[in-house]
Amino acid sequence: MTVVLASVVLPVVLAVGIALAGNRGIRVAQVLAVAGPGGALAAGMSLLASERASSAVAWRSAWLSQGGASLPLGFAGDALAAVMLVIVGVVAACVVVFSWGYMAHESGRPRYFAVLMLFVAAMSALVLADNLVTLFIGWELVGACSYLLIGFWYRKPEATRAAIKAFMTTRVGDVAMLLGMAVLWRAAQTLSLDGIVAALPKMPQATVTAAALLLFVGAAGKSAQFPLHIWLPDAMEGPTPVSALIHAATMVASGVFLVARAWPVFEASGVARATMLAVGVLTALYAALVALAQTDIKKMLAYSTISQLGFMFAALGAGAWGAAMFHLATHAAFKALLFLAAGSVIHGSGTQDMDEMGGLARAMPVTAAAWTAGALALSGWWPFAGFFSKDAVIAAVAAASPGASWILVFTSAVTALYVWSATFRVFLGASRSDHAAHESGRSMLAPLAVLALLSAVAGWAGPAFTERLGAPEEHAALATIAAAVAAVAAGTALAYALYRRAPERGASLPGGLQSAARSGFGVDAAVHALVVRPAVAFAQWVARVADEKVVDRAVEGSAALTGRVGGMLARLQTGEADVYASLVAVGFVLLTAVVVWMGGR
Amino acid sequence: MHLLWLIVLPVAGALAVLLAGERLAPSRTLSLVVACAEAVLAGSAIARMLAASSPALSWAPGGVLGAVPLSLGLDGLSAPLVGLTALLTPVAVSASWQVADGPRAHHALLLSLEAAVMAVFLAADLVFFYVAWEAVLIPMYFLIGLWGHEGRRHAAAKFFLFTFLGSALMLVGVLLLIGHTGATVLSDVPRVLPLELQRAVFWLLAAGMLVKLPAVPLHTWLPEAHVEAPTAGSMLLAGVLLKMGGYGLMRIAAPLTPEAFREAAPALFALGAVGTVYGALAALAQRDVKRLVAYSSVAHMGFVLVALSARTPAGYAAAMLVMVSHGLVAALAFFLVGALYERTHTRSLEDLAGLAGPIPRWSVLFVFTALASLGLPALSGFPGEFLSLLESFRTFGWWAAVAGVGVLLAATYNLHAVRAAVYGDPVERWASLPDVSAREVVTAAPLVAGIVVLGVWPGLITALSDPAVSALIALVQGGGK
Repeated sequence: MTVVLASVVLPVVLAVGIALAGNRGIRVAQVLAVAGPGGALAAGMSLLASERASSAVAWRSAWLSQGGASLPLGFAGDALAAVMLVIVGVVAACVVVFSWGYMAHESGRPRYFAVLMLFVAAMSALVLADNLVTLFIGWELVGACSYLLIGFWYRKPEATRAAIKAFMTTRVGDVAMLLGMAVLWRAAQTLSLDGIVAALPKMPQATVTAAALLLFVGAAGKSAQFPLHIWLPDAMEGPTPVSALIHAATMVASGVFLVARAWPVFEASGVARATMLAVGVLTALYAALVALAQTDIKKMLAYSTISQLGFMFAALGAGAWGAAMFHLATHAAFKALLFLAAGSVIHGSGTQDMDEMGGLARAMPVTAAAWTAGALALSGWWPFAGFFSKDAVIAAVAAASPGASWILVFTSAVTALYVWSATFRVFLGASRSDHAAHESGRSMLAPLAVLALLSAVAGWAGPAFTERLGAPEEHAALATIAAAVAAVAAGTALAYALYRRAPERGASLPGGLQSAARSGFGVDAAVHALVVRPAVAFAQWVARVADEKVVDRAVEGSAALTGRVGGMLARLQTGEADVYASLVAVGFVLLTAVVVWMGGR
Repeated sequence: MHLLWLIVLPVAGALAVLLAGERLAPSRTLSLVVACAEAVLAGSAIARMLAASSPALSWAPGGVLGAVPLSLGLDGLSAPLVGLTALLTPVAVSASWQVADGPRAHHALLLSLEAAVMAVFLAADLVFFYVAWEAVLIPMYFLIGLWGHEGRRHAAAKFFLFTFLGSALMLVGVLLLIGHTGATVLSDVPRVLPLELQRAVFWLLAAGMLVKLPAVPLHTWLPEAHVEAPTAGSMLLAGVLLKMGGYGLMRIAAPLTPEAFREAAPALFALGAVGTVYGALAALAQRDVKRLVAYSSVAHMGFVLVALSARTPAGYAAAMLVMVSHGLVAALAFFLVGALYERTHTRSLEDLAGLAGPIPRWSVLFVFTALASLGLPALSGFPGEFLSLLESFRTFGWWAAVAGVGVLLAATYNLHAVRAAVYGDPVERWASLPDVSAREVVTAAPLVAGIVVLGVWPGLITALSDPAVSALIALVQGGGK
């Protein structure tokens, strides 16, 4: 219960307080805001430190119950929840501190910090939930916070469009998830995870597979897996610290968490696991190639996130949910680092376009060092975190499907290529803009230092991590590791060859391919043409044709007809009382006759 | 006797406003006092009901009055709606604070509307139920026809004729039922009708209730009535009047003709599921923000049909949750749109933009309402829609996916409205709009609080409804004989 108070209730209280304090109190309120992530972090640490048995920290109640059917509201802190709480707490704390400097000149900061606190609360509820109802409540609320923060700059049409796109695309997944829950509700009569697991052996295989696939669609929507990934690059319209927290480290990873949380359901369905593996591998490769062609530093990182989430789903599909969670944890550290470093770069150079940067290492040495640590971790250089977690993923996939693991090895090379190309283009060479870049302030650099440290050392915690989660572990074959290392080295070397001498050089792909890849190979446009536009046209048709011309005209038409008949009948309106009386009498007799006749049968 | 006061008090209040309004005290003050007193009375009645060993209150007069078909009851199915009505009326009175044109009649009509609606929800007698059902029409007709906007005459007439036609069919159904069974008190009506007769009675009753709900394609009176109605009229129309349809189906039609209801359930489900999609699509295409909210009502009430046609206790509970939630959310939406219209004199989304700049508090409330309306968890819309989806899947399988599309589309029109009105660059024309006043904040507060409380703890409603609904469902499902 204390855990719930610290990680869910405290941030909500802070959110309300910040909103009430308004613009006048924001300087104090934004400092107090650190307590929200602090609560989540403390809750996670205390859970990790406590006994392995998690039932001691459980709190359960009925959310609503009717005639024996009951929807639960409940929390239970196990190791999986604890790990997620620690990730949320650390990254959110870094983001809050970073935002002091990054958002200093914005109006609307009370709104910003209040929604950030709500996000921490919702994310904590999501990870602590011991049933699908509570999990879904947190799941939807983090989505709503994401919507509100992507649209933070509400005057910008791109931002508000991106906010709606993010909400709608993930909601497609959410509705699938709702149906998945309905399947489980019918089969197990409960939505508590324990109850579902207990009922699994009695369920027909088709039911389990349907539930698992539907839950996976929900996870794919939230975690931006192909083809539901289209919202994430657009979501970069939000403030960069938000991108780091919500759209890199925590919320987008909650799809991976969902699968890990409901693992027995997925374990019971080979079809669902094969689907996850295929979608994960496809997404990883596709997004890495698209990242290669981006010139906007945040968009590049967004596609990189999609790609890395693909790695995690590939691991889940291979049955290694421990490896997926490990990569989730290290990715949270190094991708949040890269995003915050990118934020520092944007803050210092005044642009997001890598073509207009260059030579920033001199003006921003700390930021450059931090970014480099992140790049080392993302590309998977030993001994940085990504090396360990990505190898764990590739090893697990190799055990399940060697072909898929080769695609992931190739993707590793592409990953190294895009992140090192970006590094050289941004930080080396001569400046390509006349804007005098400057290093960011201490409140922005301190979070970078913390995350850089974590990106450097977190990888060593791998074995302890999987053991604490109680997940099965796959030991990497030497050949796989060698191949992965070689791929990373090749990618890095290619980036060096292309950009070290000529950082001003533009895109790394040949012309036609570059423009195709930059727009994501047309997936976004296809979805717009095939889904969005027909839906809007159909809505117009329903309102303008079906409703106005058919349904309503039928009503009005019959009214007009009645009017004409009434006009004829009006001749009976002689104004003589005895005529009326006789009509009333006749009507009464007829009505009575009808009633008696029908009732008397 | 207590229950009778729930009807007598607003009637007496309406008379008092009519006779003494503006002379003794402003009509609005009088009517607010009466509406608040009624809310207290309703609260205490519900509290007494919960304290009773079998949670139900009933009152049936004997003696001379025994000849009058007047028998009242309050149980778990009526209590949430009685509470909703008692909450919404003072809010609606406060929302019509600025009505300067005939305030006496306006407020008297609001109170008599409350009395009639209370009578519908408390009626335990078929004849009385029918009389109350019809009585609701009259004050609403005048509210729309006299205080409405440009097209009020046509809208009022359409509203009246549409629902009157429905109720005429309902009357035939009621008469058939009484003629055959000889009983008018609901609990006395024996459930022995032959199937053909059940079918006739059910669909005759349902005709009136489906118009009221409204179910597609019987809904076209609704957008027009809402657009033309004054703010308080829209709030009560959407907030409580539509609920009469769902309540009637659950309380009267389904338990009295269970066999026919079982047969009709798939058709009702289809009407509801289509309604959730149709209403949402139509709302998406609207340019008039009040019409948009009106069509969202069609979509939401579709979920009521989806839920109750599952014929399970949890399905009934879901229908109740959707109804109470929609009562709060739609009332808040119409209040905000009305408050905006008072300031801008436009309802067109094309004229509105960037309101977050000049009127931030209004904007926050509007975004809140949109999120509640699209079914965001922790706000009241979610539990009911979620449970109706679960229960309809249990009964109708994959067909429930259609209602899932309705859930998806609910987000489109709400977010579209937010983007069009609240977001974007502020427009010169609205730069000096006054933000919501203290009175308006106080008016909205009970609705906001209700939406949050029911979203966080929907068990509040099921705690009221549980035994009564389970007993009723036993009648509905036990229709196999």
